Amino acid sequence: MSEFKQNTNVDAQGRKCVIELQNVKRDFIVGSETVHALRGVSFKIYEGEFVTIMGTSGSGKSTLLNQLGCLDTPTSGEYYLDGIPVKNMKRSQRARLRNRKIGFVFQNYNLLAKTTAVENVELPLMYNNNYNAKERRRAAIEALEAVGLGDRLMHKSNQMSGGQMQRVAIARALVNNPAVLLADEATGNLDTRTSFEMLVLFQKLHAEGRTIIFVTHNPEIAQYSSRNIMLRDGKIREDVLNENILSAAEALAALPKPQDE
Amino acid sequence: MSFTNLLRVAITAIMSNKSRTLLSTLGIIIGVAAVIIMMAIGQGSKESVRSELSKMGSNLLTIRPGSDMRGGVRQDPSAMQTLKMDDYLSIQEKAHLITHVSPEVTASGQVIYGSKNTTSSMYGESPEYMDIKLWQIEDGECFNDEDVKKSAKVCIVGKTVVEELFGDKNYDCVGKTIRFKSIPFRIVGVLKAKGYNSWGMDQDNVMIAPYTTVMKRLAAQTFFSSIQMSAVSEERSDDAIEEVTAILRENHKIKDGQEDDFSVRSQQEIMETMSSTMDTITLILVVAAAFSLLVAGIGIMNIMLVSVTERTREIGLRMSVGARGRDISRQFLIESIMISLTGGIIGVGLGYLVSWIASVVGLPCSVPLWAVILSFCVCACIGLLFGYVPARKAALMDPIEAIRYE
Ligand SMILES: Nc1ncnc2c1ncn2[C@@H]1O[C@H](COP(=O)(O)OP(=O)(O)OP(=O)(O)O)[C@@H](O)[C@H]1O
Ligand SMILES: [Mg+2]
Repeated sequence: MSEFKQNTNVDAQGRKCVIELQNVKRDFIVGSETVHALRGVSFKIYEGEFVTIMGTSGSGKSTLLNQLGCLDTPTSGEYYLDGIPVKNMKRSQRARLRNRKIGFVFQNYNLLAKTTAVENVELPLMYNNNYNAKERRRAAIEALEAVGLGDRLMHKSNQMSGGQMQRVAIARALVNNPAVLLADEATGNLDTRTSFEMLVLFQKLHAEGRTIIFVTHNPEIAQYSSRNIMLRDGKIREDVLNENILSAAEALAALPKPQDE
Repeated sequence: MSFTNLLRVAITAIMSNKSRTLLSTLGIIIGVAAVIIMMAIGQGSKESVRSELSKMGSNLLTIRPGSDMRGGVRQDPSAMQTLKMDDYLSIQEKAHLITHVSPEVTASGQVIYGSKNTTSSMYGESPEYMDIKLWQIEDGECFNDEDVKKSAKVCIVGKTVVEELFGDKNYDCVGKTIRFKSIPFRIVGVLKAKGYNSWGMDQDNVMIAPYTTVMKRLAAQTFFSSIQMSAVSEERSDDAIEEVTAILRENHKIKDGQEDDFSVRSQQEIMETMSSTMDTITLILVVAAAFSLLVAGIGIMNIMLVSVTERTREIGLRMSVGARGRDISRQFLIESIMISLTGGIIGVGLGYLVSWIASVVGLPCSVPLWAVILSFCVCACIGLLFGYVPARKAALMDPIEAIRYE
C-alpha cells in the first residue's frame, strides 16, 4: 500500500496529476436492494484541465462529483487528491480540503435559506480564520460581481430567481480561490446568454490555471472544454481530449443582442 | 470558525425563532427566579433578624440559671434558682467589661384599669435596663434607684398596654394607677413603640417595674430569672462572658472541673444559632428550586435536538463548504448556552422584581450578589451540559446525507 504515495504522475506537458481515481465503486443500499451508482471508475485529471462530464440522468455524475469533492467516500477503490489517499484522511482534514482547495457548485444550489446572497457567498470564508470580516465581505462582493450579481448583494435566497441562485452558488464556489472547481449542472437553469457568460468566466478561470470539472447535459458545452468524459450506468464509456477548444467569449459576442437594449 | 462568527451565527439562529427560544427558556426563567427568590428570602430574613437583634443591643449578654441547656437535658427546679442578689452586686462591682447590668424577674398576668383589662408581662428590672435593651421613654420618665430601694409600686408601660387600657395609644396616662394581679402600680412613663419583631411578637405589650417590686410583691422569690447586661462592645463580648463567668463561679463556689450552674450567652451566639437554622431552611428551598433547573436543562436539550434535526440541511451545507465537526458542535453549544443564559438573565430579573415587590409588601427580602453570579454560572453549565448531546449529534452528521435530508 502506498500510504503517502508521492505523485510521480506527470503528463506529456509536464502537468501534475491532481486527481486520480482507481477503480472507484460506490454502492447505495436502499432497503434490500443495492444500487451500484459507480461501478469502477478510473481516470487521472491533470492540473489545469477543463473536463466536462456528460451522461444520462442517473448515470452517476453527481455521485462521482461528490467523490471528487471529498464529500463522500468510495465503497471500494482509491481516490488520490494531490497524491494523497482521501480515504485515509480524517474528517477534519477533508473539511479543510473542501474549504481551501475545492469549490463545489451543487446541482440544486444548496443556499442557506433566508440569508442574503453576500452572506451565502461569505460562508466558506467563515471557516477560514485567515479572513477577517472586512476581507470576507470584499471577497464575497468580488465573487458576486464576477457572476454578474453585483446588484443583488442583499437579496435573500428566497427573493431570487433560479438562475440567480445558481449564480450565487457559483460565486460561493469561487470565493475561496479554489485550485479545483467542481460544478454540477452549473448552467442548467440559465438562459443561453447567461450560460455563455458563465462559460466565459469558467474559461477565464481555466486560463488562470485552475482545474475545472463540469457536469452538464448540454453537448454544446463540451466543445468549450479541454476534455470530455461520458458516463453510462456508473462506468466510463468515453474519455476524449478536445483538440479544438472553442472560445466562449467569441460565441457570446456572436449572440444576438438582448431585445430591451 | 472564530468566536465572533460563532456568536453571530448563534444570535441569528436564536433571533430567527424568537418565540420558540422564549418558550424553551421558560423553564430556566422560572427555575432561576425561584432560586433567586428563595435565596432573597433566606438572606432577607437573616438580615432582618440580625438588625432586630442589634436593635435590642448587639452587645447584650444574658445570664440564665442552670447549666447550659443546649443539650436539652431536663434540670432540677432548684438548679433554676442559682442567680441571687449577691451575683448582681458582684458583677456591678467587679466586672470591668460590663457597662450596664440589670437583674430580671418576670411575671405575666392581667392588668386592669377601670373596666378595661388586658394580659401583659411585667418585667422587674433595674433602671439600667433601658440602656441594655435600648428602650426609649416617650412620656414621663423611668423609675429611679430610689424606687428600686423602696420597692415602689411604679411602672412604665408599652404602647400596646396603653391602647388596650385607655383606648388610645396616645392617651396621656402618666400618673394613672393600674392594677396588675390586684396590686396597684402608678404609671411613671410610657415607652416609645418598637413594633413587632420578626417572629411576630408585639414588643410593646410590656410593663417594666423595679425588680425589687416584682420580686417581693408579685413573684415572692429571692432569685432572678436572668441577669441582662451590656458588654463594652460587641467585639469584647467573649471576654466579658469569661469575666462574668469567673465572678459567678467564685460566688457560687464552683470548683475547677465542675460544671457551671448558670450559662452566659451573648446576642451574637443567639444570632449565629438562628442564622444557621435559617441557612439550613434556605438550602433545602434552594435545592428544591435547583431541581427545576435540571428539568429546564432537559427542556433545552429537547429543543436543541429538534433544532439540529430541522437544520440538518444547513449543517450539511456548512460541512460541504468546509465546516469541521467541531465548528458545527461549537455552533450548537454556543446556541444552547446563549438560550440558557438568556433564560438566566430574565430569571434573575424576575427574581429581583418579585423580591422587590415582596420587600415593598413587607416581607424581608434581599438578593445576595453571589446568588446572581452563581445563577449565571449554573445557566452556562446547563447550556453546556445539555447542549452537548445535540451538538455532538450535529457534528457527527455525514455532509452528503445531511444535505440531501428532506
Ligand atoms: N443517497 C443515495 N441513496 C440511494 N441511491 C442513490 C443515492 N444517490 C444516488 N443514488 C442512485 O445512484 C444513481 C446515480 O445517481 P446520480 O445522482 O449520481 O445521477 P446523475 O448522473 O447525477 O443524474 P442527473 O443527471 O439526473 O443529476 C441513481 O440511480 C440514484 O438513484
Ligand atoms: Mg446529478
